[in-house]
Amino acid sequence: MSNLELKQITKRFPGVTALNDVSFDVQDSEFFILLGPTGAGKTTTLRVIAGLERQEEGTVLFDGEPVDNLAPAGRDVAFVFQQYSLYPTMSVYDNLAFPLRSPLRRTPEGEIRKRIQEIAEVLRIPHLLERKTAHLSGGEMQRVSIGRAIVREPRIFLMDEPLSNLDAKLRESLRVELQHLQKTQGSTTLFVTHDQIEALTMADRIAVLNLGRIIQIGTPEDIYDRPVTTFVAQLVGTPRINLLKSNREDSTLYIMNSDLHLPSPHEYTVPGEFLLGIRPEDILPHPEGKFAGQILLTEPLGVQTVVHIRSGEQTLSSLIPGMSTLKIGDNVRFNILAERLHCFTLDGKRVQR
Amino acid sequence: MATIELQKVEKKFAELHAVKPMDLTIQDGEFVVLLGPSGCGKTTTLRMISGLETVTGGKILLNQRDVTWLHPSQRDIAFVFQFYALYPHISARDNISFPLRAQGESKEEIEKQVKEVSALLRIEHLLNQRPGNLSGGDQQRVALARALVRRPAAFLMDEPLGALDAEFRESMRAEIKRLHIDQHATTVYVTHDQIEAMALGDRIVVMSEAVVQQIGTAAEVYYNPANLFVARFIGSPGMNLVTGHYVDGVVTIPGTQNRFSLPVGWRKPVDETLKESKEIILGFRPEAAQLNNAGKLSGEVYASELQGAFAVLHVNVNSDDIVHIRTDRVINYPIDTVVHFDLNPEMVRFFDPQSEAAIQPEVGA
Repeated sequence: MSNLELKQITKRFPGVTALNDVSFDVQDSEFFILLGPTGAGKTTTLRVIAGLERQEEGTVLFDGEPVDNLAPAGRDVAFVFQQYSLYPTMSVYDNLAFPLRSPLRRTPEGEIRKRIQEIAEVLRIPHLLERKTAHLSGGEMQRVSIGRAIVREPRIFLMDEPLSNLDAKLRESLRVELQHLQKTQGSTTLFVTHDQIEALTMADRIAVLNLGRIIQIGTPEDIYDRPVTTFVAQLVGTPRINLLKSNREDSTLYIMNSDLHLPSPHEYTVPGEFLLGIRPEDILPHPEGKFAGQILLTEPLGVQTVVHIRSGEQTLSSLIPGMSTLKIGDNVRFNILAERLHCFTLDGKRVQR
Repeated sequence: MATIELQKVEKKFAELHAVKPMDLTIQDGEFVVLLGPSGCGKTTTLRMISGLETVTGGKILLNQRDVTWLHPSQRDIAFVFQFYALYPHISARDNISFPLRAQGESKEEIEKQVKEVSALLRIEHLLNQRPGNLSGGDQQRVALARALVRRPAAFLMDEPLGALDAEFRESMRAEIKRLHIDQHATTVYVTHDQIEAMALGDRIVVMSEAVVQQIGTAAEVYYNPANLFVARFIGSPGMNLVTGHYVDGVVTIPGTQNRFSLPVGWRKPVDETLKESKEIILGFRPEAAQLNNAGKLSGEVYASELQGAFAVLHVNVNSDDIVHIRTDRVINYPIDTVVHFDLNPEMVRFFDPQSEAAIQPEVGA
C-alpha cells in the first residue's frame, strides 16, 4: 500500500470553487475519512485523486511522487461507489475476477482462484461465488463491490459513501466489517461520507470539509472533544451539542435568558460575549444537582434517553443512560461537567486550546 | 377527540396478505407508532384507518362508530404524508388555510386559527412565502400546520420525517412530540426507524411480514422483546443473540469455555419450554455486558467504535457470533485482544430457537 498527499489543491468549476486550497495526507495503512455535508467537495476530492478530474492548482502525490500527469488507469487506485457497479449477468466469481483478468494484468487463472477464495473468506461470501449478482441483496452486492476493489491490491482505496444506500441495520454491521477488514489488511483507505457516525466509528483520522475548505483534521476524539468551530461541534454527536449565547462577568459565565451560571475556566480567557457549547452527555440530572429546571420532553431511545430541560428561556438537551423515569413537567436538578465545556467566539471559533 | 379500534382488520391483495388479521385499540389522546421494515404492512394499516384503502376483513371503529365503509372525507381524520404535498403556487398561509376555506369558515375565524397554529409551529414569519422557498423542515411544518388547523379527531402520519436530513429529523421529532403533548390528539404514526418509534410512541406496534409481532411501550419492546425479530429490530445495534448449548441450568457457547448459569427465576420456564431440546438463544443488550478482567465470559476484539459519548466494542465469542458491548470511551483495544465480561443477570433474556419466541421468566423473579 501507499501513502497519499494532497498539496494545496484548488479545483474550479464554472461559477464555483469546488476545492479551495485543500491539503492533507493519508499515511500508509491509515483509514482516513472525509466528512462533510452535501456540496462540501468530498466527491470532487476523490475524483481529483483518481485522476477523473484535473485540478487547477496543487499536486497529488503517491509515495512522495506527483501523479498529476498520470491517467486514471496509471494511478492504480480502486474506487467503491455508493451505487454498486457490478455486472448483473455475471456470477460473483466472475465479477471478482474481472479486474485480475484485464489485459493489463493477465493474472493466471490458478492465482485468480486462490486470491478470490481468500477475499471471499474475508468478506464472508464464499457461499455466493456462483450466484449471479442480480440475485443478491443490497448488503451482499456492496460486499462484492468491496471485494472487487480489494482483489487486485491497489495502492489506495477510494470509497464514496459505499454504505449510504443500505438500510440502518446493514449499515451498522458493514461498518464494523469494513473497519475490521481495513485494519487486518492494512489498506490505505480514503473514505467519504456525510454521516458523522460513520466517521467517528471507523476513522483513524477525520478531515472535516465544508464549502471546499478543510475545517479540521484530527482523530475522532479530537473532532468530538475539541471541535475548532461551532460547525464541527454541531456536525458530530447526536443529539446535537447545546450551543448557548452566554456572557462572562469577571470569573462567572452566565447563560443568557436562563438562571444558569458557572465559574469561568482558569486555563483560558473567555470573551465577554461568547457561545457556550455543552454536549448533552455532560448535562447530568442528579437529585442534589447545582442547577434547576423543568422537564419539557423525554425521548426514550432504549440504551439512553434524551431529556429536554427548560431553564428560563433556554432548553438544554441532556443524554442519560438507560430508560429514564423522569416525567414531563417534573422539576429536575442537574449538574454540568465544567471540565468539558466548549467556548466559542460569536463567529464560531473555538477559544480554548 | 377520538378512540380508534381495529377488530380483526386484514388486507389481501389477490392471494397475498398485506396485513393479517390484527386487533388494536388506541386510546383517546394516545400516540401509537406502527413500526417495521418496508413491506411489513404498516402503511397499509394506516391507509385502512384513513379509508384510502378498503379492508378485506374486519372492522374499524372511530369513537365506537363503525367507519369501515365510510369515505375518507367522512372519517374526520387528518393525514400527513412523508412528502409535503403542499400546493407550490400559493403561499404557506393559503396552504394552511385551505381546509378551512374548503369548509366555508369565516375570514376572521380562518385568520385566528392560522395565527394560532403557526405560533405553535413557529412559522409565523414564513406565512407569505411559497413552499418552494422553504427548507424541507419548514415545508413539513407547514404541512403539519395544515393538518392541525382542521382540528381533526385523529392524526395519521406516514413517515413525516422520512424525507428530512438527519439534523432536521431530530429537531422535528421533538417538535412533533411536544405538539402532541400540547394538543393531545390521538395519533397513529408510521415509521421504519426504531429510534423515532421509541422516542415518540406511547405504545409501539412492531410489525413484520404482515403480522403484529408485539405491542408495547418503548421500555417493553426494548427490554422484553416478544421474539427474535423484535430483539434484533429494536436497538442500535440490536440485541446480542448467541446460540448456546443448554444443560441443567447452564448455557455453554459451543466451541468455547464460555458458560453462563441461568439467573434466578429462569430455570423452570426454560426447562419447560425446551423440553428435550438442548439449543437455546441467549439475548442481552450491549449495555447489559460489563468488561471485567475476572469476567466469566470472554472473546476477542473484532472492532471498536467511538460513538461520541461512549464506545462500542465488537467481540468475537466464537467463530459465528460477534457480540456488541457498550463501554466507556477510554481505552483502545487492538483487534484480537482477549477481553472478559460479565452480564447483568437482570438484563439477560432467553429465546426458544424453534419458535423464536421469548421465554418468560417466573413472575416476581
